[in-house]
Amino acid sequence: MSVARVIKAMPTLLRVGVAETVAYRAEFIVWVLTTTQPLIMMSLMTFITREQSFGGYDAKQFVAYYMANLIVRQLTGNWVAWQMMEEVRMGTLAMRLLRPIHPFFAYLASQAAAIPFRAVIALPLAIILLVSSGAETLPHAGYQLALAPVSIFLAWLIAFAVMYALGCLAFFLTQATGIGDVYFGLFSLFSGYLLPLDLMPHPIAVIADYTPFKYMMYVPLQFLTRAQTVESCLHLLAGQAIWLVISIALAMVMWRRGIKRFESVGT
Amino acid sequence: MISAKNLTKHFRVHKRPPGFGAAVKSLFVREYETVKAVDGVSFTIERGERVGFLGPNGAGKTTTLKVLSGLLHPTSGEVSVEGHVPFQREAALLQKITLVMGQKSQLIWDLPPSETYALNRAVFDVPRERFDATLKELTELLELGDLIDKPARQLSLGERMKCELAAALLHSPTTLFLDEPTIGLDVAMQLAIRDFVRRYNQQHQATVLLTSHYMDDVVALCPRIIVIDRGKLVHDGELKGLIKAMDPDKRVSFTAAAIDDDALGKLGTVLTKDGNRITLRVPERELPGVVSHLLGELKVADLGIEDPPLEDVLRVMFGKSHEAAS
Repeated sequence: MSVARVIKAMPTLLRVGVAETVAYRAEFIVWVLTTTQPLIMMSLMTFITREQSFGGYDAKQFVAYYMANLIVRQLTGNWVAWQMMEEVRMGTLAMRLLRPIHPFFAYLASQAAAIPFRAVIALPLAIILLVSSGAETLPHAGYQLALAPVSIFLAWLIAFAVMYALGCLAFFLTQATGIGDVYFGLFSLFSGYLLPLDLMPHPIAVIADYTPFKYMMYVPLQFLTRAQTVESCLHLLAGQAIWLVISIALAMVMWRRGIKRFESVGT
Repeated sequence: MISAKNLTKHFRVHKRPPGFGAAVKSLFVREYETVKAVDGVSFTIERGERVGFLGPNGAGKTTTLKVLSGLLHPTSGEVSVEGHVPFQREAALLQKITLVMGQKSQLIWDLPPSETYALNRAVFDVPRERFDATLKELTELLELGDLIDKPARQLSLGERMKCELAAALLHSPTTLFLDEPTIGLDVAMQLAIRDFVRRYNQQHQATVLLTSHYMDDVVALCPRIIVIDRGKLVHDGELKGLIKAMDPDKRVSFTAAAIDDDALGKLGTVLTKDGNRITLRVPERELPGVVSHLLGELKVADLGIEDPPLEDVLRVMFGKSHEAAS
């Protein structure tokens, strides 16, 4: 399975992925609407901080944090684990296995195809963020603004690989969707999705350093909401690169072990 | 070439009796049993052969096809398809094989088949010109027309099967695993598919391994058949040889006015009597005498001599195999 074949096939995979996203537009919009937890948290935290700041964050900074949170969530979220669990359970994964391209790339293209549609939602949010929080609370350094998309892209890849590994659990468990709830609980706690990690109890912030969740959400949020030096930008990106390698390795190990157990049920 | 040596595939299946108590118990203690879906099967199929793969429901046919096409890892044994080990799923192998499963769709469910075809063209790296020519040929032959532009979920089973076949063959594979490829098709389309598979086999020197519940498909297409029952191979050889071994008697059909039952009974066993149309079962060695009597003395019309239907032969075969097992 050559890299050249993957690269050559990618435009068609993406085009078909876009067609699928459009076909599932109602489901897609519902999914997007389920990622609005940051708006609830924003309302809560701005209410708490209407008179005095909390943990160094004032109301405007919380608005900036949660709006950026929503943007990162829209651009990096994916549902590949659920897609895989369904296909393994129903046996329809079989048809992907008959094609000479690793399902990792086929799923990757399918998920990437949804990003432009998410961006349509994320871009107005970015404008609201700028207007409502005031540009003065956001970082201005050119290098940081240039590296922010890189960080978001790495976050998306890490999230995809972790969700792919999670999807592989379907090979081992008859019904793995409950694991998704556990995953989301851990993600909310350790990624900064619920609260900025610097406001979390110290042990949680420490544990978060050793999980991929922080690199899927909190790190790109640092690029979007807090001024960083060049060194700290590179440090954050290096952390993401390390977690990307680890999560892809995990995904591949899970796949290799799981695929041996695939029963291709249904006929 | 396809070869399987002592191929086995076992599944571990959770066993639970019905009822609430059993459901609660299964939360804490689970009982499993091992199902031997394929149990020590060996065969070799040369390039260009058309082989029928038969067996009752649950015999292990589809499991074997899935192992041969790399979807399942065998529990033990050696399998080779076109010089590759299928479960390693090398691109070079996937480029040469296809699997059509009548019961399962490879079309993208909510998109028109044309999108699946475009996807397959890209991942199988089929040159544009060859793709267009193949698609045109398949569209004409399978009468796809505007079906390829309707969402797959809105197609009838027969329409979908035609589109599935086209999707499976666009990359010009040389080994075809066909699992119930004519399911849901009308008689005219079944005939068209049979002709197409035969022609494809001859043009591409393609190897065909076919399972079908329509015995006519197998009789029309496959000079050789492999029969498995309860995961074990019970016959591998020419179709004619199997028929002769299991039920050597011929079926003699004719139209005759007023022949009494006693006279018929002396000629053979009466299988059907529908008005003036009669079918007898006649031992092969007695056939010349019976035929000359029917034509000479009884002056019958529309006389035909046939082998027993494959369904009957298999019924006899599986009956014997189950008796032996019990």
